[in-house]
Order: sequence, then structure tokens, then C-alpha cells
Amino acid sequence: MAQTLATPVAPSLSLICNRGGSSVSPFSTLSFPVATPPKLQGLSIRCARVGGVEIPNNKRIEYSLQYIHGVGRTRARQILCDLSMENKITKDLSEEELSTLRDEVSKYMIEGDLRRFNALNIRRLKEIQCYRGMRHIQGLPCRGQHTKNNCRTLKGKRVAIAGKKKAPR
Amino acid sequence: MGRSLWKGIFVDAFLSKIKDRKDLLANKKVWSRRSSILPEFVNTTVRIYNGKNFVRSKITEDKVGHKFGEFALTRKRKIHRANTAPAKKGGKK
Repeated sequence: MAQTLATPVAPSLSLICNRGGSSVSPFSTLSFPVATPPKLQGLSIRCARVGGVEIPNNKRIEYSLQYIHGVGRTRARQILCDLSMENKITKDLSEEELSTLRDEVSKYMIEGDLRRFNALNIRRLKEIQCYRGMRHIQGLPCRGQHTKNNCRTLKGKRVAIAGKKKAPR
Repeated sequence: MGRSLWKGIFVDAFLSKIKDRKDLLANKKVWSRRSSILPEFVNTTVRIYNGKNFVRSKITEDKVGHKFGEFALTRKRKIHRANTAPAKKGGKK
């Protein structure tokens, strides 16, 4: 038992030893946590939390807005247009600008609300057993696409059918 | 693309005549799959034609705004047998 316990620990120990000398190893391990907090603080201060969890940094605001579920290319551009805001890199934005952005973004239905809204709509379709609902249940496209081939997004990965003859050449 | 609003909802003539008297519609056969379900039809049961026979469907509040045809599927669902064992069963039948 002792050996089995020791073996998983050994590689990690060796890693620590590799970082610095045997005596320096605790310092090197300590230095990592010390190095990360400033970064984390930087993230929490610098990274814009617009509309919930979104923290895209070091991109222009038009593109970092698109990380929000429910904000695409059109809406991101629209938001910037409405605010008549310059398309800066996200970290260069001031707090005021960020707060105005937050207000603007909160006007739209985004993230959890939007996901819930969509899920509810689909559930309604399933409950009333209409054609679209049935297609959702079956996992097939519900807008009249052909299903002879393609529609792989909904069907998932191809499954080989056993015993299917190949077409003769 | 939706239907433009100024036209209103499409309902076949005989259904729009019926809409004041709901009891007439009860358990009636409906061939007009293209007509919308009006709020007046709620809480009735109709039999909707699917090209072969009639599918009974109770009209609830949720179904308002959909077409009648959406509730009577016109196609049989083809069931692919997954493995060889069920396939043999199917063969015996």
C-alpha cells in the first residue's frame, strides 16, 4: 500500500525538484501562487463583466461583446452605434464606458434568460405535439429540410448500418 | 417569413362560419389542414385528416395560432432496427 501511495506522489515531487534545487523547491512552489493573484486581480479589475459572466479581454469591444450569448455581429455593432462609442480594445475602456455598455446590453435578452426562453418555446412545441415539436423530439430538422443526407448537426455523428450493401460500380 | 398582418389569419370559409357556434365543430372531421386554429375553437375536439384517416386532437389554448395540419402527421415514421436480434423478430412477423 505504501508503495502504491508513494508512486503517484513521486512524479509531482520530481517536478517540484526540477523547478529549483531541493532546498529552493518550496519557494518555487510558493512563487506560483504569488505570481497568479496579481493576474487574477488584474482580470477582475480589467476584464469587463458585461451582462453576467463575460470576460473577454484584449480584443476590440465589438468582438468581445460577441462572447455574450445573444449578442452577435449585428447586435454588437448596433450597441456601439447606439452609444456612438469608439471601437476600443476592451481593457482600455473606462469604468463609465463600461457601465454605459452594461446598461445598453441589459436592454436585450441575453445569456440565461435567452436560453430559458428558447428552451421554454421548444418545450411548448413538444407538449402540444405539433409537427415541429415532434421533429424536435425525433432530433430531426423541423424547417422542412431534406433528411436523405446531411443534417448532421441534428442527427449527430454518422452511424454505420450493418449489412448495408455498397452500391455496385 | 410570416404572413402579413393586414391579411389577418387564414381560415377556410366553412370554419370561419362555424366559429360563433363552437358546438358545431365538436368532433367534426376537418379536411382543411391549412386553416389556423382560432381562439374560438379552444376546448373542442376535432378529427383532422392526415391524407388517409382522421386523427383526433383536442384543441387547447397552446395550440391557438398553429394550423390544423400541424397536429396530424402525414407520414409514417420509419423505424430502423438497430441490431440483428430485433431484425430477426421483425422478419418472423
